[in-house]
Amino acid sequence: MKDSSLKVLLNGIFKENPIFVLILGMCPTLATTYSAINGLSMGLATLFVLFGSNVVISILKNIIPDKIRIPAFIVIIATFVSIAEMLMHAYFPAIYNSLGIFIPLIVVNCLVLGRAEAFASKNTVFRSALDGLGMGLGFTFALTLLGTLRELLGTGKVFGNIVFPDHYGALIFVLAPGAFIVLGYLIAIMNKLRAG
Amino acid sequence: MKKLKSNFINIVLVLTGISLVAAFTLASVYALTEDTIERSGVSHRQEVIQSVMPLHDHYDSIPVELNNGVETTSIYKAYDANNVMVGAAVESSSNNGYNGHIDIIVGFNRYGVIVDYVVLDQHETPGLGARMIDWFKTEIAKQNIRGKNAGTANLNVSKDGGEVDAITAATISSRAFLFAIRNAYFEFKVTMDAAADVAKAAADTIPAIQNDTTATATKNNMKGHEQ
Repeated sequence: MKDSSLKVLLNGIFKENPIFVLILGMCPTLATTYSAINGLSMGLATLFVLFGSNVVISILKNIIPDKIRIPAFIVIIATFVSIAEMLMHAYFPAIYNSLGIFIPLIVVNCLVLGRAEAFASKNTVFRSALDGLGMGLGFTFALTLLGTLRELLGTGKVFGNIVFPDHYGALIFVLAPGAFIVLGYLIAIMNKLRAG
Repeated sequence: MKKLKSNFINIVLVLTGISLVAAFTLASVYALTEDTIERSGVSHRQEVIQSVMPLHDHYDSIPVELNNGVETTSIYKAYDANNVMVGAAVESSSNNGYNGHIDIIVGFNRYGVIVDYVVLDQHETPGLGARMIDWFKTEIAKQNIRGKNAGTANLNVSKDGGEVDAITAATISSRAFLFAIRNAYFEFKVTMDAAADVAKAAADTIPAIQNDTTATATKNNMKGHEQ
């Protein structure tokens, strides 16, 4: 039996959240979320790519022969990533500079290729669009939450607004180990919520 | 519609087709954003230069480039209305950051007092070395280097006997940053002294005009201040 459209959309946000449940796309998740704004921008850039590539791959699913589906998907995904990169460079230079290498690396984010292979290549255009949107929003939500917590605990700020003086912050949360610690707790909380 | 078979013709046609469409799309987006990217780069640079310069009437937008064999330093000279050099913005760098290259631009007035600085490029650890962006502008303890005379102040970290507080847990980044500042001042001093010598030589030949020039310069400085 097929899920309803709403279910497809909500799937990515909660039940199969790419970060907390599927544990996909860990590299940009851990590396870019030392501030809330970075997490949010990374999430939105990925959302754009995921939505675009899901729609296009779903449209083309019948004319792409099976043997070359992976290279075809990668070309489509890479196109969307390059578009996102150029647009960000032109209109949001500050964010473009702070995300740096992680924007082009969206191409190899396994979440994007994973949804193309597992969902878009088997479902209708409409449902693939919803899946891309849902997964993208789930990814954005997770990265923003992670970024906000790390920035708050590490520097006492949220989106650059001071909440408490930064010498009370625990520096470790801004650094790599803090990413793992916060992510671990968030996954634990998420598992509890899903089970209960 | 039935799925296309994976035969040779289909594979070649489909992949070529997709690549062509992708190339065309990317070319269009590139054409669309090229100008904006170019323009924001240039205007951003001018803003940065302006923001670190001392009070001035105009400046050379093409810098003097000095190379001491290791680092290249670019000096944007600033002048008052009478073409007397009043300071400069100096682009300087260090290769000894925690993660390599650090590129900064710093402004000095004619006495060598640091007006302001901007970090142009750095790859230091976020939360540690990367805080150099505003650490050395913050008025806490001995962090602030703005207003210090680079000629007389000891611009080293306190740990090395200097009078600047290093970024907490990022002494290496701080050392590299201060090295870039000292290097900038060194090159600035050479340029400023050369400019002063030229001005002095000119003043010696026609001493009568000198008083007049100084008076006008002061007036112009005040005018600049009002703006």
